[in-house]
Amino acid sequence: MSSFLAFTIFGLVSGAAYAIAASGLVLTYSTTRVFNIAHGALGMLLSFVFWDFSVRQGMPTLLALFLVLFVVAPAIGWFLQRFVARGLGDAPVSVSLVVTVAILVATLGLAQQVWPPEARSVQPFFAGTSYEMFGFFITAHQIITIVLSLVVAVGLYVLLNRTRIGTAMRASVDNPELLKLFGGQPERVAALSWAIGTSLAALAGVLLVSTVGLDYFALLLLVINAFAAAILGRLQNLPLTFVGAMALGLVTSYASGYLPTDGLLNSVRNVVPALFLFAVIVLMPQAQLRIGQVKGIVSAPLPSPFKALSWSGALLLGVALVAGALSEANLLLVGTAATYAIVMLSLVLLTGYGGHVSLAQITFVGVGALAYIKIDSPNLVGLLLAGLVAAGVGALVALPVIRLTGLYLALATLAFAVIMDRMIFQADFAFGFNGSLSAERLSILGYQVDSTAGYVWVMAVFFVLMGLALLVVRAGPLGRMLVALRDSPAACGTLGLDQRWFRVGLFAASAGMAGIAGALYAGLRGTVGAAEFQFFGSFTLLLLAVVFGVTSVTGAALGGVGLMMLPVLQADYPGIAGLFFVVIAVGAILLARDPNGLANQLFRLGRLLDRRFGNRIRERIPVLPVPGGSLGGMREQARAEHDANAAADQSLTTVGLGGGAATTPGPDQGPAENKEPAGV
Amino acid sequence: MSVPILEIVDLHAAYGRIEVLRGVNLSVPKGAVMALLGPNGAGKSTLVKVISGQKKPTSGDIHLGGVHVRTGGPEELARLGLCTIPEGRSVFPNLTVEENLLLMSYAGVPAEAVLETAFAYFPRLKERRKQLAGTMSGGEQQMVAMSRALASDPALLLLDELSMGLAPLIVDELYETVGRITETGVSILCIEQFARTALKISDYAAVMSGGRVVATGEPDEILETMSDVILGGAA
Repeated sequence: MSSFLAFTIFGLVSGAAYAIAASGLVLTYSTTRVFNIAHGALGMLLSFVFWDFSVRQGMPTLLALFLVLFVVAPAIGWFLQRFVARGLGDAPVSVSLVVTVAILVATLGLAQQVWPPEARSVQPFFAGTSYEMFGFFITAHQIITIVLSLVVAVGLYVLLNRTRIGTAMRASVDNPELLKLFGGQPERVAALSWAIGTSLAALAGVLLVSTVGLDYFALLLLVINAFAAAILGRLQNLPLTFVGAMALGLVTSYASGYLPTDGLLNSVRNVVPALFLFAVIVLMPQAQLRIGQVKGIVSAPLPSPFKALSWSGALLLGVALVAGALSEANLLLVGTAATYAIVMLSLVLLTGYGGHVSLAQITFVGVGALAYIKIDSPNLVGLLLAGLVAAGVGALVALPVIRLTGLYLALATLAFAVIMDRMIFQADFAFGFNGSLSAERLSILGYQVDSTAGYVWVMAVFFVLMGLALLVVRAGPLGRMLVALRDSPAACGTLGLDQRWFRVGLFAASAGMAGIAGALYAGLRGTVGAAEFQFFGSFTLLLLAVVFGVTSVTGAALGGVGLMMLPVLQADYPGIAGLFFVVIAVGAILLARDPNGLANQLFRLGRLLDRRFGNRIRERIPVLPVPGGSLGGMREQARAEHDANAAADQSLTTVGLGGGAATTPGPDQGPAENKEPAGV
Repeated sequence: MSVPILEIVDLHAAYGRIEVLRGVNLSVPKGAVMALLGPNGAGKSTLVKVISGQKKPTSGDIHLGGVHVRTGGPEELARLGLCTIPEGRSVFPNLTVEENLLLMSYAGVPAEAVLETAFAYFPRLKERRKQLAGTMSGGEQQMVAMSRALASDPALLLLDELSMGLAPLIVDELYETVGRITETGVSILCIEQFARTALKISDYAAVMSGGRVVATGEPDEILETMSDVILGGAA
């Protein structure tokens, strides 16, 4: 009985800390419509700051706490709102999620850069002071945590419901333009709510840090607890959020107390919050279609078949030449790049064309790899089966949340990734705890590709084939449906398109592609382990996909190389390893509003060069007297394409999207007039 | 003659490359009600957006009460006494009636005074003070919107398409309220497609077409000369 009481009190205390974090999340979401995935990361960063102030610099605890909660945290929150999150509330979910994921990665990079890994600890408040209640000891720190959570809950409720500025906070979500006409200042209101939200993240972090420890990832995962609690209140309702946090705290505490300490059930205790999150999301009511919100983006232009085929050939030739010259270790890197490029292709389908965000893409890679190894038939059939298994798992993730859209779908994938990461991949029937499995190289039609160089080339072939298939799909009726559903689900609904099953299929297809990448990867490496498929990888994957362009195959290829280079560069320059994360995150924040990314800038450069020099060069090339004149036909085609390019650029600039300075009418109405989220 | 409350001189504004206002000249005398009529696409609503500060003009000048307005955002102008009721439902649908009224105090009038005025003019709002504004009927929502015009005692009131999507009976009721506001000496610029209703309460009228003000004058003249030509006999 006393142990039950102990677990209950422990659960209430951690629930109180979750409640503080969750109410900060609810505050920022309900006042700016930006779901801050980086909420836990900010709490982590700020508890490091607290450690720095109170332990390293030796300030008095109260002073350090005051500085963190009322100076540093609000400043960070204000900065984020002012320079990063501004205007995100109206952007598509895929954009706002990418930006907050970028904040998360940047925060993590910053923390690792400023405070490199070493043993640190923070003492609880009034360490050693405790009181006896009902024959059980409760520490002063625990009492403070519970009291503070109540203060925060009541304070926020009063702020939002009983004060004018709080009312303005809620009003600014409804209609910021109207609030301005009322004389309110939506920007200031949003900055205030981010400042308070970040402060609450800091408070939760500081309260938890003495039990959780100063660990980058443990505190990062705090965010999942906060999500779960906040989503119980549908990201709006503070009292329900509080209830959710307490329930979650209790469940987690009882799970760690009463679950058996061996077998699969033992690992359940690591994923209780993720399971809780998943359960709450599944029980959410049907999402409403939002009418009148066309959130289109202008995608990168589709290449013509001629162009796509010639570039594919060039890529394969290039890989063949490079593969012949490289050392074994470097070949493995090229193969890894090919893997990532294929995974990014799956994101092109899901995010670039479909507009959904998955935070579990690397997990699907792991599923594919695992299936490939377990099926144990290293040939095309085995590869296909591995892809199908991953596709099935992808459908299973999308199926329970079939009624939901956007944000909740993405959160479901995050919960899934954490569950797989902490529970399934580490189980005995999978990779095992810190274990790894060995895989055989693929054989194609009876011929086993033994040499690494040959295998890498085969992977490139797969990338090219999948890329071409993707382009064919995009150009056909399916592609039109995809883009239409992304831009206006409501309009598609009125046309009789059932977007729910379509979405399940989309998730399955995308997961299947990632799964095939995983199977190929397993064959490449020979041995793979659970550590290679941690959920955090999906974050950097998503960011690099957006930086390099998530709407084009070229972007996927470049992104694959980029993602492969990241750990290489971090290993080469360990002193600034964290900075690389920050750089990528900043790039993603800058480019998130234009998901066509760097690839599109390349295309634009190509078109520019083509306009300048294209015809002159084509005139110089003599026409070879080929029988049937097929080459001449190709030249005609190239010239026609050049003309089409010129026309395309023109039509983009007439609607104010091309960004050509010469065609912009006046300096005064620049970006403010471009209401399209695509921006320029 | 005293300084006009609103004077617009050669105002141009554009959406991207499409110019919508092409040299608007308009002057609203202090204490007068000016009806601004015109067909769809004439630039009426754009003009309201520019005056209220929601949109930057490309060139031209706006004087409010004799002061040249340059870079004031909508919130600054609102605090200085410009009250704009934009077209459509200008309430916050997820806030209660009372909370909507509370926010009106940003314009400078204490919250209690706002509530008092609103409930005096529209007793029905008092019954529904705890109801979410978005769940009320269109007419009731416009009552909330009009409360802001009534309570904030503005120097200039901009009304954009008050009648949009409402039954004629309710439109008449709303214009009665506008009439009562004019009695308190508030200057009003009233944009409307229901020409007759608007002209009934106005002292002057102007007609916009193709981004310019093409005619101004007394309501009667305007009604006679313009309604057949430009409004095609509507209203």
